[in-house]
Amino acid sequence: MCYSVVIQEKDFDVSQEMALLRALDCGVGAICSFVGTVRDRNEGAQVSSMELEHYPGMTEKSIEAMIESAFKRFDILGARVIHRVGLLQPLDQIVLVLVTSAHRGQSFQACEYLMDYLKTQAPFWKKEIAPSGARWVDARVSDDQALERWGIVSQNS
Amino acid sequence: MKITVRYFASIREALDFGSEVIETDATNVSELREQLMLRSPLHAQALAIDRVIRVAVNQNLVNMDHPIEPASEVAFFPPVTGG
Repeated sequence: MCYSVVIQEKDFDVSQEMALLRALDCGVGAICSFVGTVRDRNEGAQVSSMELEHYPGMTEKSIEAMIESAFKRFDILGARVIHRVGLLQPLDQIVLVLVTSAHRGQSFQACEYLMDYLKTQAPFWKKEIAPSGARWVDARVSDDQALERWGIVSQNS
Repeated sequence: MKITVRYFASIREALDFGSEVIETDATNVSELREQLMLRSPLHAQALAIDRVIRVAVNQNLVNMDHPIEPASEVAFFPPVTGG
């Protein structure tokens, strides 16, 4: 079981992260990635930038626990999660989830599982800054439902 | 007993500070929330019962009936929106 979690302000390079993760295990036959990015609009409103706050310490701990549960549930070989915080602009990368496995099925599933988990259980908060002012983003019921598909009750929203 | 209370995102903004060390005899999170609401009108508003608030004790997400022990770190925050 090899995994790591990083919370940082700076950007990340997906191909470099992939190369590092898959180099750790010669048994890797599949690597699955998810990248979340900042959109320039949300629910019809324009977004000029976004500020991401988190709970240092708890954030890392909670994502590590999610990854450990993914290792129990799926036949995966490695995982890496990078989540950015601070001020971000439209098109910026926000989050990276990478999972490796011997065959594609398990890493596809584990990658989605980790994102569903992270969306509703990791202590991050987004604030959208628009020409009309700033507002905290509301949690979505659909994100709770996404986690419930895995049999995990989520009561975030 | 002495505990540390932390606030994040919209709750932190409403209070205008991110943490405080307080003396309390609250036995669980729900009692603590009620006691905190009596501290100031800003607390009453930020932690109002009709707001959806999530709580972590010692950096683990918990329910409102979770017990509080001396030196705990209790955090109040709105629903999370990362990813």
